[in-house]
Amino acid sequence: MGIKIGDKPYAERIQAGIDNSFMRQAVSSAQGRFRSGRLKAAEELGDWEDWRTLGEEIRHHTMENLDYYLHQLSEQVEKRGGTVFFAETAEEANAYVQEVAKKKQARKVVKSKSMVTEEIGLNEALQQSGCEVVESDLGEWILQLDEDPPSHIVTPALHKNKEQIRETFANKKGYTKTDQPKELAAFAREQLRKDFPEADLGVTGCNFAVAESGAVTLVTNEGNARMVTSLPDTHIAVMGMERVVPTWEELEVVVSLLTRAAVGQKLTSYITALTGTRLEDETDGPEDFHLVIVDNGRSKILGTEFQSALHCIRCAACINACPVYRHVGGHSYGSIYPGPIGAVLTPLLDGYEDHKDLPYASTLCAACTEACPVKIPLHEHLIRHREIIVEREHMGAKSEEWMMKGFAKWASTPAAYKLSTKMARTAMKPWTKDEQIEKGPGPLKGWTESRDFPAPAKKNFWEWYKQREKRRGEA
Amino acid sequence: MTVHNRTSFLDRVADNLGRERRTDVKPPVYSVKPQDRVFQGATQDELIEKLEVQCQVIHTSFERTVLADLGDSLQNVLASFEGSRKVISAGGPRLDEFGMRGIYEALGKEGFDLRVWNDQEGDVTFAEQAGVGIVFSDITLAESGTVTLFNDTHNGRSISLLPETFIAIIPKSTLVPRMTQAARVIHEQEQQGNPVSSCVSFITGPSNSADIEMNLIVGVHGPVKATYLLVEDL
Ligand code: SF4
Repeated sequence: MGIKIGDKPYAERIQAGIDNSFMRQAVSSAQGRFRSGRLKAAEELGDWEDWRTLGEEIRHHTMENLDYYLHQLSEQVEKRGGTVFFAETAEEANAYVQEVAKKKQARKVVKSKSMVTEEIGLNEALQQSGCEVVESDLGEWILQLDEDPPSHIVTPALHKNKEQIRETFANKKGYTKTDQPKELAAFAREQLRKDFPEADLGVTGCNFAVAESGAVTLVTNEGNARMVTSLPDTHIAVMGMERVVPTWEELEVVVSLLTRAAVGQKLTSYITALTGTRLEDETDGPEDFHLVIVDNGRSKILGTEFQSALHCIRCAACINACPVYRHVGGHSYGSIYPGPIGAVLTPLLDGYEDHKDLPYASTLCAACTEACPVKIPLHEHLIRHREIIVEREHMGAKSEEWMMKGFAKWASTPAAYKLSTKMARTAMKPWTKDEQIEKGPGPLKGWTESRDFPAPAKKNFWEWYKQREKRRGEA
Repeated sequence: MTVHNRTSFLDRVADNLGRERRTDVKPPVYSVKPQDRVFQGATQDELIEKLEVQCQVIHTSFERTVLADLGDSLQNVLASFEGSRKVISAGGPRLDEFGMRGIYEALGKEGFDLRVWNDQEGDVTFAEQAGVGIVFSDITLAESGTVTLFNDTHNGRSISLLPETFIAIIPKSTLVPRMTQAARVIHEQEQQGNPVSSCVSFITGPSNSADIEMNLIVGVHGPVKATYLLVEDL
């Protein structure tokens, strides 16, 4: 699939999102639930700010010493009977997995949900080599049957309602029962149960890898990742190179942050740490284990002002806090990483060319930054992206460039920034409910009118947007 | 068992970080340690209370028993599952410590088809067909209601995964406040040169999903029902 999804232009994607009333309703209620779950979990835990500080320090330390920890990780995996492949590009990673599949004469591959394999388009590569690929996460399975991309990091099929799911099951798998979620899930369980024992290859992502022991950790609720890593003889784990932690002690902290920030769970149902191949005296677990460590543009971010974007632990808290996501839904971002983190990360990984609208998909209200459990300054990164786009792409007139610069400077002083968010809250009062913007007036309200941002800049941005659209129309 | 492309990959990483490759890193000192404060100083009995409350959150039934009554308690739990007479259990030293052999023999006489995991052909298939899997928690996390399993030759991964219901026998002595303590044990063992088991499973209640309209659906892949049986062994 690749990082970019679809070729529809930005304005059309937003409009489609805004027109989809079921999706908008689903997104806004999911956001509310995830958000209150997260807040409640943080409150129960107490010291949430200390936890975030620790999370940030762990991620910072790891990124600063990434070469060391990746080296240690690969040594440990090898010691435990695994093979490690460092892939610079998506193509290299795919070619390696294809090669393993060929060696194993694999026909059927079961997968458990993984963002990085979506990013590199691994399913297509495996299909090209003649493998049937089955996504085993319930949400991903639904999307796979429907050939639809995910729209949320944690609940990928959030945009689909149960009637649509029933129809998909009926059309593609001959399902005859009702649209009760319980019945739908029981059917999926029954269907997928047949796939696991038949599979030659199990493919997973990796939430975190532990350098000291070589463990690959999967954080899930359904248990499919356990199936995928227990039943087939070969397990291939694919990880983004930034997803490493030094020791088990750090692992524990980032896992706690992830599960709480994602859905407000203390821990998910399953956290599974797999190290190398099964031992000689064990009967379940893979005989053959491969870890693919993917760069695919990540190392370019190291050493830049955007380095902290690599701290992301993919909890989706920023997505659940974002008023723009609330209005337009995940598909509008045109990237497999939606929401604020997507708007920051996608242009970094895939360049500005296809994604220069993304940094504008934000109200700059800083709700994302506040929500992030590892304190990534998301809205500041978005501002910097905008500056770069204006400077480099020369899309704005001189005055706009000036405005952007002035604005960035102003927003980067803590006092002014605090004042601005305060002011913004007051200014947006009429449309604010539950501290989130419910609705704003006019078309494209998601991305423009309902910006949680003080008035002077608002006018400029809106004019800038209109002018740019006009220029585009003439071009 | 090889590592491919490592040097060029890691050189690029170091290069972008603006320095030479690092071959030594001092263990970091973090400025805060909030993880140690959770349930700090709680007694084992207080931890049991925390665990019991958390079990409601994770849709898991919770029973307490003493060593002498373990057999009866187990039988009651099994009876509550109705229908499932095929049972797979983890083996290992705990079987003897808890007098499980006698208990399983008695269950056999009651008509249960019981198999102890002993790493032979057919264990996985048996687990697939079994209605119930029984495991012993190695470390129990009170805060989250999590049982920790070091899967090994006596303790197959499938036992807690494939049957529709699973029972975790939790020795009171295994209770700790949270994941912090479990991770610390593993970290210390690693430092002493005792490598971690090939699969460590932290299991918190039954399998679940929120993928269809955010409804909680239990048991999409793993067990549908879970019961924790806490045994006073102190
Ligand atoms: S940027 Fe922060 S809040 Fe967003 S997904 Fe990543 S870790 Fe979570």
